[in-house]
Amino acid sequence: MEQARRLLESARGDEQIEVYLSRGVDTDVEVYEGSVEKLTTAASAGVGIRILVEGAGGARVGSAWAGSLDEEAVADALDQARDNVRFATEDEYLAFARPDGVAPAGMSLRDESVLATPLDDKIALAVELERRVRAGDPRVRQVESAAYSDYVIEGALASTVGVEANYARSGAYLSVEAIASDGTSDQTGYGLSAARRPQDLDLGAAATDAIIRSTRMLGATRPSTRRTVVVFDPRTAATVLAILGGALSGEAVVRGRSFFAGRLGEVVAASAVTVVDDPTDARHFAASNFDGEGLACRRNVLIEGGELRAFVYDTVSARRAGTTSTGSAVRAGIAGSPSAGPRALVMSPGIDNQEEILAAVGEGLYVDSLTGVHSGVNPISGDFSVGVTGLMIRDGQLGEPVREVTVASTLQRMLLDVVHVGADTTWLPGVAAGQTLAIADLAVSGS
Amino acid sequence: MANPLVETDVIERVLGAARAFGDFAEVFVEDRVTSSATLDQGRIEELSNGRDRGAGIRVVVGETTGFAHTADLSETGLMAAATAAATIAQRGGGGVRRVALGTRVDHARLAEVLPSDVDKATKVAWLRAANDVARSEGAQITQVQVGLGDSSRRFLVANSEGVFASDHQVRTRFMVSCVAQGDTGMQTGYKPFATTRGYEALTDDVVAGAARHAARQALTKLQARPAPSGDLPVVLAGGSGGILFHEACGHGLEADAILKRASVYAGRVGEQVASPLVTLVDDGTVEGEWGYLAIDDEGYAGTRNVLIENGVLTDYMWDLLRARREGRASSGNGRRQSYQHLPMVRMTNTYLMPGTDDADEIVAQTPYGVYVAQLGGGQVNTATGDFVFGMTEAYLIENGVITAPLRDCNLIGNGPETLARVDAVAADFSMTPGTCGKNGQSVPVGTGQATMRLSSVTIGGTAA
Repeated sequence: MEQARRLLESARGDEQIEVYLSRGVDTDVEVYEGSVEKLTTAASAGVGIRILVEGAGGARVGSAWAGSLDEEAVADALDQARDNVRFATEDEYLAFARPDGVAPAGMSLRDESVLATPLDDKIALAVELERRVRAGDPRVRQVESAAYSDYVIEGALASTVGVEANYARSGAYLSVEAIASDGTSDQTGYGLSAARRPQDLDLGAAATDAIIRSTRMLGATRPSTRRTVVVFDPRTAATVLAILGGALSGEAVVRGRSFFAGRLGEVVAASAVTVVDDPTDARHFAASNFDGEGLACRRNVLIEGGELRAFVYDTVSARRAGTTSTGSAVRAGIAGSPSAGPRALVMSPGIDNQEEILAAVGEGLYVDSLTGVHSGVNPISGDFSVGVTGLMIRDGQLGEPVREVTVASTLQRMLLDVVHVGADTTWLPGVAAGQTLAIADLAVSGS
Repeated sequence: MANPLVETDVIERVLGAARAFGDFAEVFVEDRVTSSATLDQGRIEELSNGRDRGAGIRVVVGETTGFAHTADLSETGLMAAATAAATIAQRGGGGVRRVALGTRVDHARLAEVLPSDVDKATKVAWLRAANDVARSEGAQITQVQVGLGDSSRRFLVANSEGVFASDHQVRTRFMVSCVAQGDTGMQTGYKPFATTRGYEALTDDVVAGAARHAARQALTKLQARPAPSGDLPVVLAGGSGGILFHEACGHGLEADAILKRASVYAGRVGEQVASPLVTLVDDGTVEGEWGYLAIDDEGYAGTRNVLIENGVLTDYMWDLLRARREGRASSGNGRRQSYQHLPMVRMTNTYLMPGTDDADEIVAQTPYGVYVAQLGGGQVNTATGDFVFGMTEAYLIENGVITAPLRDCNLIGNGPETLARVDAVAADFSMTPGTCGKNGQSVPVGTGQATMRLSSVTIGGTAA
């Protein structure tokens, strides 16, 4: 923060400056056949600078960043940002965030044990993960990689208009990809455990997940083309929710890139659907005390009982929409400028567990992995088409495995077609948590 | 390299320190300067400049690779990283020696007009020009976003086997995205232009062409009907994106997947893995294309490698470590996103060699199917061979004629099965730029193909 404050002193004339400093340490271990294949430890640091100048027709902004905190690099970034201001178009809605009096949640999201845990212990976790997956089922013929990784990141954001925020976060992950074989073909299964510190990782769950997901897919065939209920497991449901989140961004709305634009107060989803963006819930891996402009993160209810209630805004998109920031600025590290977006989405859980949902659905398709999300989903038009693997649902239970199949609809239709939201809230890395989610009437393309 | 990133004697001492602990050591030094400019809703929103400079040092001991990186390019900083990499490669001892390097091989940059030669006002003018062109295509164009980006990347790589080389890679990108609003909702259009040349490649025609293309695509799609659901013949337009081959077999031919037996193509060299019409090449030497490289990020020359010839698998793609293990030479496919990343086997420009059929005839001889004018991205599971790729501009083919536009969707297939179904390849070859993601690292790649047909692919739409 001291370095950030010092940089603010270089403001000239009526310039406003915003400085975002970040530094991090991370470790990545990849294990193969019982020994370390790759091991990386690294520290990195950088600075992102934005300069804003107000004029008669509005404000202009310029930005620059540097992947180091040495004086020359930072001074150069400052000069570049200043120069870049000249070329922007004046915009009456453009402004830096001003302190708005909302108190941050004050969560502790960084755990010192990430740094304190000996490297050998971290390596041992990855070695044990690989061993368990290889030993767990004779049909597992290969473990392509078993990995442990962690990070600690801390940042400071300060601006000449009074914002000051500190960020500190840690995380630890175990991941493993198993390849199972029945002699004629191979199937894969991915297992993952995430926590804020290594002690909380669930190695057994990650191993079991990879084993079950790969072996139960053996013998998978292509189902026939049909329309049916699709039950997304919590992991894939989280992916769907994250995509949906893009359309709930106030920035997408004010820029005419959201199919939700102009629909506040309308029923956009089945009554079982309540979507909340809550970065103040420490259970969410994306939890944060401050947003990307240094305002306190807060809980925002976006869809409630199927009704569209709100969008998430940063300062600029809020001004454009005639409202105030919801503390929802996100930024992609030092090189990214803030934009509005949900950070920690979760649906309000229903009352049924997965078994009960499958029983209620009776016949359908259970999906446990998605591919082509970036190529087959258009968050502007709402078109949704993804490759999936999973199991048919027969008589209310998981049946035979299927692969090389797509499911398709539109995001708009899918929201209205939600029939069950599970009670099994699963916290996952990324923008969204997930629950078992049943959606009626998707097109399944197979043979 | 007129102004070396790090002096040769420093590299020699650092490499010597790293090598003392392992079988192999490498120092990779990089200085990347980037700039970008965006226009949205008619406004120049923001110009941004960035600089990333640092070194990545890897040390290999047996099968273990230790890696450390630093933004500190002083000898002290580099020595600290070398020691860290060596330590984590888990072997102590050994005296520090100096690795003697020969004469550095400097590669001439391809770019003529460097990003730093172009003033910001000129860049901004291109953004405005594209916006004007796109909006003039129709009143239903409601949103236009234009982006311009460039990067000037100088790097130096030296290893304990005597490689000592430098390169200066310049990349220039221009993208136009449009949204059109119609009675049935919004549709999108997108056109990227990307080259490993400098600003000499970005002409007024390129700018206007990209804008027109993106706008027309969005407008056309306003009439789009839901794509079919199920198996149909598919004609891919020339240059629509060879992403099909990138996903259906490219990733599965990367040596890391092969050596771990995590690819359906492992152990199949010499076998028929595709239709005889398929000759697939990965080629880092195609100057100007997005995946071009004079040398890869391990210092080995970009190469033209034939992967599949007349349907028969001929070879895989190799980086240095995988090639060393097999006692062969790198194929120039060792790439990394930045000095903060370890290199791995990656594609460069991957393309299907053109055939002899006539593009129009291929369509005319397809009674009912889908014509894909532009592909989006894709994804593959190399172990099962199952892959998807998205279509972002497509039409129905009815009675041999291209008819109604279709909404976006994915297509799905299995690599070897789909490659066997290539039943026509035309001569109208062209290439498309893309970004390939693998294990968290993104690198620029090119893909290419002529108009071609697959006798059957699963279309992931919603229409019966």
